Amino acid sequence: MTTFLGMPAGGGNLTGEPFPKAAREALGNAQLRRNLAKATGTIRAKRANVVGELPDWAQLRAAGAAIKDDVLANLDEYLVRFEEALTSRGTHVHWARDAEEANRIVADLVRATGTREVIKVKSMATVEIGLNEALARIGVHAVETDLAELIVQLGKDKSSHILVPAIHRNRSEIREIFRREMPGVDPRLTDDPRALAEAAREHLRHKFMTVDVAVSGANFGVAETGSLVVVESEGNGRMCLTLPRTLISVVGIEKLVPRWQDLEVFLQLLPRSSTGERMNPYTSVWTGPTEGQTSHVVLVDNGRTATLADPDGRAALRCIRCSACLNSCPVYERTGGHAYGSTYPGPIGAVLSPQLTGVDRNPTLPFASSLCGVCYDVCPVAIDIPSMLVHLRERVVSAKRTTPESTAMRALAWAMSDARRWRRLVRLGKFGRLASRHVPLPGWSTARDLPQPPKETFRDWWESSR
Amino acid sequence: MRVALFVTCLVDGLFPDVGKATVRLLERLGHEVVVPSAQTCCGQMHINTGYAGQALPVIRNHVEAFEQADVIVAPSGSCAGSVRHQQAEVARQQGDAKLAEAAADTAKRTYELSEFLVDVLGVTDVGAYFPHRVTYHPTCHSLRVLKVGDRPLRLLRAVEGIDLVELPSAETCCGFGGTFALKNSDTSTAMLGDKMNAVLSTKAGVLTAGDSSCLMHIGGGLNRLRSGVRPLHLAQILEHTR
Amino acid sequence: MSARDEVLARVRRAKGPREVAPVPREYRAAGSRGPGDVELFAERLRDYRARVRVVAADEVPGAVAAALRDRGARFVVTAPGAPSAWTAEWAELSDPAGRIESRVPLGGDAREALREMLEAADAVVTGCHVAVAETGTIVLDHDAVDQGPRALTLVPDYHLVVVRADQVVAGVPDAVAALAGVHTQTWISGPSATSDIELERVEGVHGPRTLEVVIVRDTA
Repeated sequence: MTTFLGMPAGGGNLTGEPFPKAAREALGNAQLRRNLAKATGTIRAKRANVVGELPDWAQLRAAGAAIKDDVLANLDEYLVRFEEALTSRGTHVHWARDAEEANRIVADLVRATGTREVIKVKSMATVEIGLNEALARIGVHAVETDLAELIVQLGKDKSSHILVPAIHRNRSEIREIFRREMPGVDPRLTDDPRALAEAAREHLRHKFMTVDVAVSGANFGVAETGSLVVVESEGNGRMCLTLPRTLISVVGIEKLVPRWQDLEVFLQLLPRSSTGERMNPYTSVWTGPTEGQTSHVVLVDNGRTATLADPDGRAALRCIRCSACLNSCPVYERTGGHAYGSTYPGPIGAVLSPQLTGVDRNPTLPFASSLCGVCYDVCPVAIDIPSMLVHLRERVVSAKRTTPESTAMRALAWAMSDARRWRRLVRLGKFGRLASRHVPLPGWSTARDLPQPPKETFRDWWESSR
Repeated sequence: MRVALFVTCLVDGLFPDVGKATVRLLERLGHEVVVPSAQTCCGQMHINTGYAGQALPVIRNHVEAFEQADVIVAPSGSCAGSVRHQQAEVARQQGDAKLAEAAADTAKRTYELSEFLVDVLGVTDVGAYFPHRVTYHPTCHSLRVLKVGDRPLRLLRAVEGIDLVELPSAETCCGFGGTFALKNSDTSTAMLGDKMNAVLSTKAGVLTAGDSSCLMHIGGGLNRLRSGVRPLHLAQILEHTR
Repeated sequence: MSARDEVLARVRRAKGPREVAPVPREYRAAGSRGPGDVELFAERLRDYRARVRVVAADEVPGAVAAALRDRGARFVVTAPGAPSAWTAEWAELSDPAGRIESRVPLGGDAREALREMLEAADAVVTGCHVAVAETGTIVLDHDAVDQGPRALTLVPDYHLVVVRADQVVAGVPDAVAALAGVHTQTWISGPSATSDIELERVEGVHGPRTLEVVIVRDTA
């Protein structure tokens, strides 16, 4: 399957049911609606607070966007430089055209260690490519160690948020999942978040101390130095990066920044946009294999070059996965992430997923927005998501043949390009008065009354009164 | 000042009272209003639904219709926003550089009503009288595309007799979004429900906004509930006198 | 064609022109704000619910001893090159005598020994490379002898850091500049925490659940 300019599309966990259908189901779930409203409301307030604290937020945002645009415009050079820096320090670099190839590479590396179990740092790229499922097929269990990923994994559930995959679950649901699925958990476990976090600590402690292979992603890769950066909160990332003998990092090719200095921008933008903190508890930086580890980096395309090929869509690759757009989006807040059917939900998912897979495999996502513009306002790298959605709608429409909608739009455009034609059509509205009382407009009339067409149009009034 | 009214297709065909109120308000403030007869629509619906190619002749018609106007005023944040931020870009993307240039020029002369009153005419007290409890919904495109800020509120606060009450979560989208309301009707309705709850919590008798489209959506929902809350465009309140 | 060559070829076909506008760096740059404000640093640490003691240089051994006593630590590990003066008072005065270990097993074969030692430790004491006032962040350089390998400050449940006032910089850009060329770093902002349940912050998950900081006020 090819997409823009014949670039091969990405595979993995990037498609689902049509958005309107999936959203309809989600909207009927009162518990989900409450959980999401509470969680997103909390994080929106925290983000606004810490963003407002920085007098130079706008300047940081402009710099963040420009650095990422530089990365995209010179990606081939930066990738080669990054590879050189990594290999010169002894890290093994692998390249993957798509999800399947990335999974095969990781599976082979894991198989070579002889382990039956790997511990994982939260990583969107590995969820995108479906790595856990691929490892399961060779008999290797991937243990998710981020609390929210663990909740999703134990609950045999799917991630619904970039930062907090279990955002759709509240404390009592999480307690039930732990009681049911966590071996050896205290049956008197309460739903106090402290107690739940403690239970996860106990559950994972032994894994951290004994499993000798870890899989991570990376928030940033520095082309100049070959440094990798993981930004986290719980310390599970540090555990996975530090203790195992083998570390395999799966990194999307767009995760690079050119220079070490560039981190001064992103380490301000990301935590404040993401968890609404001045700084996240832990950020790990490593440059080459450390303390006797064997280190692998798998660089993954999986539709990223297809995204890069569209000049009006490539800015989606600036994304640093902070999830501020999800937390602020009125659509996401009501439908939750599963309705988007992709690893990447919310506004950024609605522009990224269709570009990674090709719009033909995600034709409803570009329409899953009221274009209210909040996502653009809060985006720390200034991705103009509303304009990009509109652009992708055009790609969806142009890929189709004639539809009843396109015929109606064509007729309307024909009428609207000439005032005489248009006035004749609008006057017909008067005759529509009777019809509108009796004929419902699908989609509209379920919840709203239609306005009564007036006796005369504004233009008729204007001409008769002057 | 001679003001060209861009009445918008929606107001022309469905909400003529909003157009009339805009004309009367501007005339009361001592300005001459003209309505260029060649105007139809800005093309936003086509653009935002994915039919940018078809929007091109609509944009061309709009640009030509207002070629002679010194200053263009629209009673809509969304339509003024499309003229200012979409038309030239669409023309460029569709490969019509000449139209893009002309559209950019039209954009410079185009104002949303509250911007025109506050920024161009320098007036916040338009001499209106409206003794009712009112709440104001800032529409997304006026807020985040045009960035009108508190201009509409400053105009409303200066209205004699008004009981202006703050709308909770005012800046959250009402769920209209043009064809979004049809294509994603369920999500749109969920957003509408929350917006109606917010409106009803204010006990206002009138809901106002700067866009007839959003008012059609929220008002249509409020009417379905037989809530008794009247949707009125900002121009209709500002036009009202003792 | 290898995957490498094919991905690079795709990138070259897909990307736009190389010329891009220079990066506008109009934000508060490194060095633009003078030295870090120690009071602000202490306040930001407390916001993360880290414990903070601000002391004079000659009070460090007393402050460390008090902190470790309050913690009830019996077995303390320190980075191999951490000044022994920091823990001298605690070692002398703790009753019954505490145990200190500063010889950290290193290298591939020593991993098991290191894990075992650290799991038994009640506390770890280290210095740091740089600290950020605005964000309450402490950064460790794991190649520095007073900061030690990564596991050292990760496995024990209590981490005590001694920060000199002259190590405190104003903002993140200052810290990034000070860390150029440092290969292995851990940035620490408070104790480990999670917001994964209803986006409410809970301190203490896998990393040290208690972070305590001794800030040395005057370092003439």
